[in-house]
Amino acid sequence: MLAKRIIPCLDICNGRVVKGVNFVNLRDAGDPVEMGRLYSEQGADELVFLDITATNEGRKTFVELVEKVAAGVSIPFTVGGGIYDINDVERLLRAGADKVSINSAAIRRPEFINEIAKNFGSQVCVVAIDGKETANGWKCMINGGRIETEWNMFDWAKEAESRGAGEILFTSMDHDGVKQGYPNQALRKLYDTVSIPVIASGGAGNMQHFLDTFNEGKASAALAASVFHFGTVKIPELKEFLKKNGIEVR
Amino acid sequence: MNVAVIKYNAGNIKSVYHALKRLGTDVVLTDDPVRIQAADKVIFPGVGEAGTTMAYLKQHGLDQLIKSLRQPVLGICLGQQLMCAHSLEGDVDCLGIFDMPVKKFEFNPLDRDKKVPHMGWNNISNCKSALFDGLDSNSYVYFVHSYYVPVCKWSIATTEYIEPFSAALQKDNFYATQFHPEKSGTVGQTILENFIKL
Repeated sequence: MLAKRIIPCLDICNGRVVKGVNFVNLRDAGDPVEMGRLYSEQGADELVFLDITATNEGRKTFVELVEKVAAGVSIPFTVGGGIYDINDVERLLRAGADKVSINSAAIRRPEFINEIAKNFGSQVCVVAIDGKETANGWKCMINGGRIETEWNMFDWAKEAESRGAGEILFTSMDHDGVKQGYPNQALRKLYDTVSIPVIASGGAGNMQHFLDTFNEGKASAALAASVFHFGTVKIPELKEFLKKNGIEVR
Repeated sequence: MNVAVIKYNAGNIKSVYHALKRLGTDVVLTDDPVRIQAADKVIFPGVGEAGTTMAYLKQHGLDQLIKSLRQPVLGICLGQQLMCAHSLEGDVDCLGIFDMPVKKFEFNPLDRDKKVPHMGWNNISNCKSALFDGLDSNSYVYFVHSYYVPVCKWSIATTEYIEPFSAALQKDNFYATQFHPEKSGTVGQTILENFIKL
């Protein structure tokens, strides 16, 4: 039976892991390759590395980092951040990434999704959605959550799927970093909207939150950062807990 | 003992190279026919789209080369699919080593848990090959795919998702896995070690 996935996410700035609380106040939490290997040994099912560096130099460092991670880690990993065209995608896949996650670039130019799917297959293409619940429903945000778009989040998820996205990675701007649980109602609606896997991202504060997002949000995978980085939730214990509560895990 | 990993325009082929390196294998990533033919073992990896990839293989004469190999060859993921007769992805004729069609998983709206692509860790069962020596039954391996090869007489492992499909195939010197041993942690490592020992 297909197992629910647990995915630690490492935000990378200038080659180091950082994690924002509500996308500001970055705190340093360690070396990416070491952390990747450690998480892999602990039973993480996948890893995500998000490049939050905005400079060309930072990008280059990130590609080098991707090569090091690929050499040292034997589980799949996704990279995101600063991916604007098919050349960026190719460079990262060549460096050893398994999947790429795109966000603002896909909203600005939705054909980008088609291009990735056509050239490398849908399974490579993770479309990340930063959503925010507004008076007009759930809206897609871009530029790290600073700009609200016209897109209704569920319409955009459907659009992304039809263009060849292989997976949706959903972060609620209001849940991310506050450790009060995942946005399970919205996740459940995404689950009912698309036929591709949905990864719950942002909001985990304890083990129960993971269980809830699998049961109530129907997520295929749950991603978290700081609870893992700071040891609040340990992956072996989390998997034991989920298994005990009837969730299929590896 | 040396292993050639066939280099072509697929997505992440380096991961296979790295996985073999971690095992201490003498491995080369190459599209040079001479080196591929001379290798003790050949790996045909693949993350990509079938139509685009087949066109590339033909253009570079790699299609004929792969079919002509006599040493153990391991196709991975798209590699397995391209070893079949025809793929619905890009509606393209493939290498025809396994006389099987490659089909697409049909998402069933009434069974929404079975998302497509089939992505993540799933069990392999009915394992009947030295490739799986030393593994627990129902070991988890990593899959990422929307297309699959149905269960057939060449199946050496099967997995259940939407319907049972070929997690691995074998015919003569040709081996193939739908999952990614190079991304399947210690289980995958064992499978690669077993392939090298064949």
